[in-house]
Amino acid sequence: MRDGTDPGAGPTARTDRGTNMTNAVKLIVLAIVTLMAAIAANYARDLAYMVNALVVMAVSAGMFIVVLRHTDEEVVVRDLSGEYMDDVIRFGVVATAFWGVVGFLVGVFIAFQLAFPALNFGWADGYLNFGRLRPLHTSAVIFAFGGNALICTSFYVVQRTSAVRLWGGNLAWFVFWGYNLFIVMAALSYVLGGSQSKEYAEPEWYIDLWLTVVWVAYLAVFLGTVIKRKEPHIYVANWFYLAFIVTVAMLHVVNNLAVPVSIWGGKSVQLFSGVQDAMTQWWYGHNAVGFFLTAGFLGMMYYFVPKQAERPVYSYKLSIIHFWALIFLYIWAGPHHLHYTALPDWASTLGMVFSIILWMPSWGGMINGLMTLSGAWDKLRTDPVIRMMVLAIGFYGMSTFEGPVMSIRAVNSLSHYTDWTIGHVHSGALGWNGMITFGCLYFLVPRLWNRVGLYSLSMVSWHFWLATIGIVLYAASMWVTGIMEGLMWREVDANGFLVNSFADTVAAKFPMYVVRGLGGVMYLSGAIIMCVNLWLTATRAPQIGEASGPRANGLVPAE
Amino acid sequence: MSDNDLKDKHGTTGHSWDGIEELNTPLPRWWLYTFYACIVWGIGYAVLFPSIPLLRGATPGMLGFSTRGQLEEKLTAVETANAGINQQLVSVPLEEIAGDGALNQYATSAGGAVFKTWCAQCHGSGAAGAKGYPNLLDDDWLWGGSIDAIHTTITHGIRNETDPDARYSQMPAFGADDILENDDIDAVVNFVMSLSGTPQDAGVVPRGAEVFAENCVSCHGEAATGDRDQGAPNLRDAIWLYGGDYASIHETVQNARFGVMPSWGDRLSEAQIRAVASYVHQLGGGE
Repeated sequence: MRDGTDPGAGPTARTDRGTNMTNAVKLIVLAIVTLMAAIAANYARDLAYMVNALVVMAVSAGMFIVVLRHTDEEVVVRDLSGEYMDDVIRFGVVATAFWGVVGFLVGVFIAFQLAFPALNFGWADGYLNFGRLRPLHTSAVIFAFGGNALICTSFYVVQRTSAVRLWGGNLAWFVFWGYNLFIVMAALSYVLGGSQSKEYAEPEWYIDLWLTVVWVAYLAVFLGTVIKRKEPHIYVANWFYLAFIVTVAMLHVVNNLAVPVSIWGGKSVQLFSGVQDAMTQWWYGHNAVGFFLTAGFLGMMYYFVPKQAERPVYSYKLSIIHFWALIFLYIWAGPHHLHYTALPDWASTLGMVFSIILWMPSWGGMINGLMTLSGAWDKLRTDPVIRMMVLAIGFYGMSTFEGPVMSIRAVNSLSHYTDWTIGHVHSGALGWNGMITFGCLYFLVPRLWNRVGLYSLSMVSWHFWLATIGIVLYAASMWVTGIMEGLMWREVDANGFLVNSFADTVAAKFPMYVVRGLGGVMYLSGAIIMCVNLWLTATRAPQIGEASGPRANGLVPAE
Repeated sequence: MSDNDLKDKHGTTGHSWDGIEELNTPLPRWWLYTFYACIVWGIGYAVLFPSIPLLRGATPGMLGFSTRGQLEEKLTAVETANAGINQQLVSVPLEEIAGDGALNQYATSAGGAVFKTWCAQCHGSGAAGAKGYPNLLDDDWLWGGSIDAIHTTITHGIRNETDPDARYSQMPAFGADDILENDDIDAVVNFVMSLSGTPQDAGVVPRGAEVFAENCVSCHGEAATGDRDQGAPNLRDAIWLYGGDYASIHETVQNARFGVMPSWGDRLSEAQIRAVASYVHQLGGGE
């Protein structure tokens, strides 16, 4: 017990003299924000901007009323430094599950829109057609589901592995609500036609600026907690989380450099143009995969897999080597998204070479994850949560092998622009990001809601099998259509003339599109079962006894 | 290998975070050597292919490879192989293409590729057309079905604003421009329906015949069989570009139609146009 903070320290009630002063400042700021938002909505040049201004106005007006009603109340200030800040994580868990289901639902719908174009309803044209919903789906799963998962797990992990409460007081709450406000604004914007047309970076300039503010706050909370840690070393999961936060900040800022046309409208002019813009976009796009969906989620894996398996991490050396190799190499691999375009050949070559060299550093994470189960393989039979995590690591390994293969120029000339890419992304997203997140949620909910365990392990098994079969249907159908359409596009007759029209390739894909949609339905069903199970866990599963109650939330000091 | 075996063998780093320990296992050999092999391969590849940016341009690589060069090579190979027969295609009179077995086979396969790239968007990949876009498989031609007529239509297009030689005609909007009363439109629509089937209201057909004789015969002809010089369709053949039901024909008489086809003379080579004309000509309805 080197740094034993007594977790049982009772609340010390006192009236904070600063509170009224703080409230006055808060009220002034909120009033100004409400007023500015109202003015912005009034002068708005486009619908998306106006609706978002109204959202901001409603949120800040609501906060104004809440603050006003609570002024002059006696505030009980407790010394919380001995407890982990878990409320914000509970909210994060709920948000993760909620956005996951929303994102999967939109995904299933647009999958069927591709199979049955009549689902692009005439009455909803310009709002719910495929073009509007596709970015809604990608952002909902990557940024809303994945982002909330990353934020809440990183807050959980950094506290436990640093043995301190989150730094920055209520700043963590600002990060959570601010990030979710970003998601709501982005989603409304897509549906109403506000998009800067950069894949995975669709939000317009004012939403980008807001996210930048939130992200800097996130970095401050995370870094502040790491700095004040009571452990001598920073745990490997935190390296990955930190790399994710820092790099995403850099990617986001550089790729969104733009000059707004008007402060009253969403449109802006990109700083880069032509091939420079394309290269910046795919430098961003590929590293969104590398640092958001890989590094960040490896952070999750490095904490939750050894915790759930109750086994030590396989190799410290491997973790340090593969960490530095991964973050050094990933950042150069973006040009493989632009083979055979206006991009100069040298950049295309380097993108491919770095992608191939990236193979082993990526697999380092897989080895460390799987081998951590050494001596605990029997748990695969008894613990469906471990099974889920292992499957996630398996899909991680598969898609980080498939990625380098697809980056090879000759392979890419076949695979690029086909459904193979879509299949690749989804075996990574559904298999790796989705499954590891589900595993973490199953780990977190009983602990955060102080329950002895999950409500139902058989529901976890159902979720596991539905999701697994769903992913297999998805990936297999996309391999078939992807390779088929790639071959059909390049098929020429004896004289060198094209054999198929584009419409022929679309028609040929129909059956596989239906299969893909069904895979999505299964994956979505599994996620809904998970939500029910987690809800019942939080409300009905037996609670941990009173005696051990307070301790469950207390700091666990280093040995 | 059990956990304890690993622990005994390599030990841990001697630290624990929230109960998590880390083993001191060395790097797996196969992993390390594969990593090295990838790096060595990467260096080799970078030497062989364009890779290092310099002040002007980049290192070209020992193999002299470039993606543009690769494309050029493939295109040149096809163009060289087809140069002779392309020359023949543009030099023989259009009518003779179909009679020359090898040339016809080449023209239709080249034309099929052109069609699937440029024409299928409107006429369908099987050339069966859609509402507003003529079916090219039948023998009903608006502007003529000889190879010459088809060639002209493709070269200049129809009712476009880019080619002064585009085929052009305009049916009056009899209703919208107040040329005919509503009753007369109703009557003539029923008359037109009676030419190839059953009218909605047989009682007004005689009146419709009078309206037709006064307003429509100058383009569609006394017998209502159309006039290809004006792109006026045959109204007796039960083939409809915009639909043969009462509502569709009423819409046509009321507001007229104005179907546009782009001109391809400035976008496709003469060989390509001749090829696609041959392809369309042999689909079934060529004259």
